Amino acid sequence: MKNKSLLFTLLFVIMNIAAQAQNVEMADTMRSNGKIYVVVVVAAVVSTVLSIYMISIDKKVAQLEKKINEKK
Amino acid sequence: MTSNNKTIARAWWWKALAIAMLIYTFIMGFLGTVPAMPIINESIRNLYFHVTMWMGMITLMFINVIYSIKYLRSGKLYDDLVGEESARMAMVFAGAGLVTGMIWANFTWGAPWVNDPQLNGTAATMLIYAAYFILRNAITDEIKRARIGSVYGIFAFVMMFVFIMIIPKMNDSLHPGKGGNPGFNKYDLDSNMRMVFYPAVIGWTLLGVWMMSLRVRLRKIEEKIHNA
Repeated sequence: MKNKSLLFTLLFVIMNIAAQAQNVEMADTMRSNGKIYVVVVVAAVVSTVLSIYMISIDKKVAQLEKKINEKK
Repeated sequence: MTSNNKTIARAWWWKALAIAMLIYTFIMGFLGTVPAMPIINESIRNLYFHVTMWMGMITLMFINVIYSIKYLRSGKLYDDLVGEESARMAMVFAGAGLVTGMIWANFTWGAPWVNDPQLNGTAATMLIYAAYFILRNAITDEIKRARIGSVYGIFAFVMMFVFIMIIPKMNDSLHPGKGGNPGFNKYDLDSNMRMVFYPAVIGWTLLGVWMMSLRVRLRKIEEKIHNA
């Protein structure tokens, strides 16, 4: 459940950014400097997603550790 | 020491640091100011993504050597497990570094693989570490495997040092800082780039250590299931 809500929040953020990139007029921040900021946002989103995924794997491992230690 | 390791593996602060450094790298890596130079142009930013792979690899190989020595002193299989997993993660970094290096070389040196002592040395290092895993997997007795693996791990680290730190410096290399080429440190790596490069090294290395520790923890769980 927690993971799903996280995913949706993230999706919302990405869609928001995408909408911003489309609706606004020329020469705003996202379109300046050869659209480098678009790449920056994409890279930031990718690193955030990967970080969240790392955290979720870490939590899963911790859960397994707990389960197996209780069993013993 | 083992319980101390487990506490560190479960601690959150260094993982948070890794995430913060990486996100900072991915933003400032593109936005930070870099010196304008011919041929290399904007690709100098690969310093934050390609060079950091090697920094991560060397750090993880160093962890491998530390834990190999630790195993030989203590005889605890846990130490050997950490050593093996750090060598595995080092190989992941090496693969990423090699591929990114080939892409970078293709557009700055004109070919993905040039006859450069640094490149050939890296290839030799990767083969040496591949042999580490082959050697380990060839031995079924786990204590023998751990002991031979640890001894070989120390040898492999020394060879890595010779192949990628010493030989390229003695020969002509296209890499900065090697054989007559000025290093990044001397002229190119200005304070602006340092502000991104050092956090990038910390971030990538910690990410590697994190992934390694996760695999160690999974292997421990696997072991417990097996013994149950």
